[in-house]
Amino acid sequence: MTESAPIRKANPKDILIQSVFLVVVVVLIVSAVESARTNLNAMGISSGFGFLDRSTGWSYSFSLVERSIDDPYRWTLFVGFLNTLFLGVVSIILATLLGFAVGAARDARNFALEGAAMVFVQIFRNIPLILQLVFWYAILIHMPGPRQAMSLLDMAFLSNRGFYAPTLTLPPLASLTAFAFAIGSAFVAAKVVQSRFTKRLLIWLLANILLLAVLLLFSSTGDTAVFSVPALKGLRFTGGVTIPVELVAMIISIVLYGAAYIAEVVKGGLRAVPKGLIEAGRSLGLSERAIWFKITMPMALRSIIPPLGNQWIFLMKATTIGVAIGFSDLFMIVSTSITQSGQTLELIGVLMAAFLLINFSLAQMINLLNSRLQLVTN
Amino acid sequence: MSAPKSDWLLKPLKQRLFRSPSDTLLTLLLGALLLYGLFVTLNWAIFGAVWSTEDVAACREAKGACWSVIDARHRLILFGLYPYELHWRSTLACAAIIATVVFSCLPFFWTAKRLTSLWILGFGTYYALMEGSLIGLQQVTTDQWGGLSLTLFLFSSVVLIGMPMGLGLALARRSKLPVISRGVSVLIDFIRSLPLLTTLFTAAVVVPILLPSWLQGDKIWRVILAFSLFFACYQAEVFRGGFQAVPKGQMEAGRALGLRPWQILSLVLLPQVFRHALPGTINMVVMTFKETAIVIIIGLFDVLASANAAFGTGEWAPYYMEVYAFVGLIYWTFIFSLGQYGAYLERRMAVVSH
Repeated sequence: MTESAPIRKANPKDILIQSVFLVVVVVLIVSAVESARTNLNAMGISSGFGFLDRSTGWSYSFSLVERSIDDPYRWTLFVGFLNTLFLGVVSIILATLLGFAVGAARDARNFALEGAAMVFVQIFRNIPLILQLVFWYAILIHMPGPRQAMSLLDMAFLSNRGFYAPTLTLPPLASLTAFAFAIGSAFVAAKVVQSRFTKRLLIWLLANILLLAVLLLFSSTGDTAVFSVPALKGLRFTGGVTIPVELVAMIISIVLYGAAYIAEVVKGGLRAVPKGLIEAGRSLGLSERAIWFKITMPMALRSIIPPLGNQWIFLMKATTIGVAIGFSDLFMIVSTSITQSGQTLELIGVLMAAFLLINFSLAQMINLLNSRLQLVTN
Repeated sequence: MSAPKSDWLLKPLKQRLFRSPSDTLLTLLLGALLLYGLFVTLNWAIFGAVWSTEDVAACREAKGACWSVIDARHRLILFGLYPYELHWRSTLACAAIIATVVFSCLPFFWTAKRLTSLWILGFGTYYALMEGSLIGLQQVTTDQWGGLSLTLFLFSSVVLIGMPMGLGLALARRSKLPVISRGVSVLIDFIRSLPLLTTLFTAAVVVPILLPSWLQGDKIWRVILAFSLFFACYQAEVFRGGFQAVPKGQMEAGRALGLRPWQILSLVLLPQVFRHALPGTINMVVMTFKETAIVIIIGLFDVLASANAAFGTGEWAPYYMEVYAFVGLIYWTFIFSLGQYGAYLERRMAVVSH
């Protein structure tokens, strides 16, 4: 009998073991359901998803969309989901940019640059994320109040309530158009326009600024300013956009922590590029810059993407610690809902389903990216 | 031109610091920045600092750190609400865990038998000292444990329970029986795609609903078991990588010698698997120590929670920075040294395998 034969005759002992395994799993599930029924009855909680339509009656710190305390659970949970997605996507983008910069510096020839990058990585990677989070949060809430807020050229302000930044006042439809155009034109610039990268970037920027100007011209009714700058009115700021301290602390801590990890991934990828390729570039007379952008980085990306994807999923999961400082991400909304409504099992189910969905989609995206980047060989 | 003697030192330095004018500028700028950062940190932490509790009044005028808060509250940060006069026990208990970790780094202990005995001995010493009633001392129940000693307790019990669990899961996933390997794969992938906090929260809040009351146990044990399951699911993947690195011929050689399946596993495969899985395992252990900080959210009084309590009273409230710096330094020292050790091992093994 050879071990590698794909089809083996079913062995009675094997069937017995597997049946016992299945029976144990089924018994565990059935008894868990049974005792859940007894325990829930004792607490007077009726299971089911009917509570989703009840209004919550409590408020929370941050939302991207309209909300009130009369919203049903359905909407409140969705707001939490949006917050988690928003925080995750913003953190992932910023951490990746910073991580690539630091990672490239880790591989730099210049000793001082490498040293600075190493100090960065060793500080932010070796302290628990949640400790970094509460540290930044403590610093932010000990900032001066709005009346003594730190000012940046009188345009942006930082106080213990949040970060105030200037913004354009666009109606929702116009901002949606601008956003769609920005993405569409980037695609066109990348795919269609045959030119140097910097030139394409310039064309793209110009087109978008032009469109924004046109939109502003048509949408402004005269009585509102086109450009809204935060200004102190009495005890608080009006105008501009306010980013609450919880979100600022979350973004700072996740980005620094994530960037330190991503930098190590990038460094590993850069070091794995065969030396011969770089020497080949040199012997062709390419400049060091051209070698880095045309040879080193494209080659390194292929070994960077898979571990980078793991880091992205990790950062997405890390957003759950927002509850430690009161940032209303999905986890915090779910745990508040559990204390308020008692529908523990249903809400945990929602939380798990949401994370499975997010992480599965992210993994699919990374696979797509990976397959697009792989070298076509053989 | 004959090269001067110090060329071996100067030339690389020149190459790596002052190759071109822009390089020189960058070096000078960054060097100045690094020196300034170092100066500010030292000035705050050492030269301008106030050190003892008696001088707390001086803190208001001091430019630097007020370490008085650590002087006054370090017992709270390290040992939580453990009875004050019994702190010698938690000190010894923490020392036992740290010694266990340090000894595990010595190649002398790198056999399954020695490592297992070492960890059981270390953990047993910790538990006996902390709990007390087993060795005839005054009993202190787990709800009074806290601070760094609780963090070390969580860490060591998760590693001790999670490691065999992870090996079990890895073996089950490799099983030839389809029902078992599929079932275990689903479990591993499920746990790995959820945030740790969700798993711990489920153990703390949901499991009491799913279990009859006589099976529920303490919250801390439920959290430790859930954390161990989380550890085991990741560690199982590390072991799986180790199994894949062992050449197939090894197993066939074992069979040709007439060894029984469990003998092949324990005498031929596992020693090699452990060796291959070592860097990944150290990585997981470091990760676990870092992630224990998250239990503050589900209401356990770990070192971060006790740090918050340390500056929670009015008198010490302005000195949160000092307390976080102290706790951060504890974590950093531990994680940095273990991480460096892991990197050293990886380099050493890379040389051996080539």
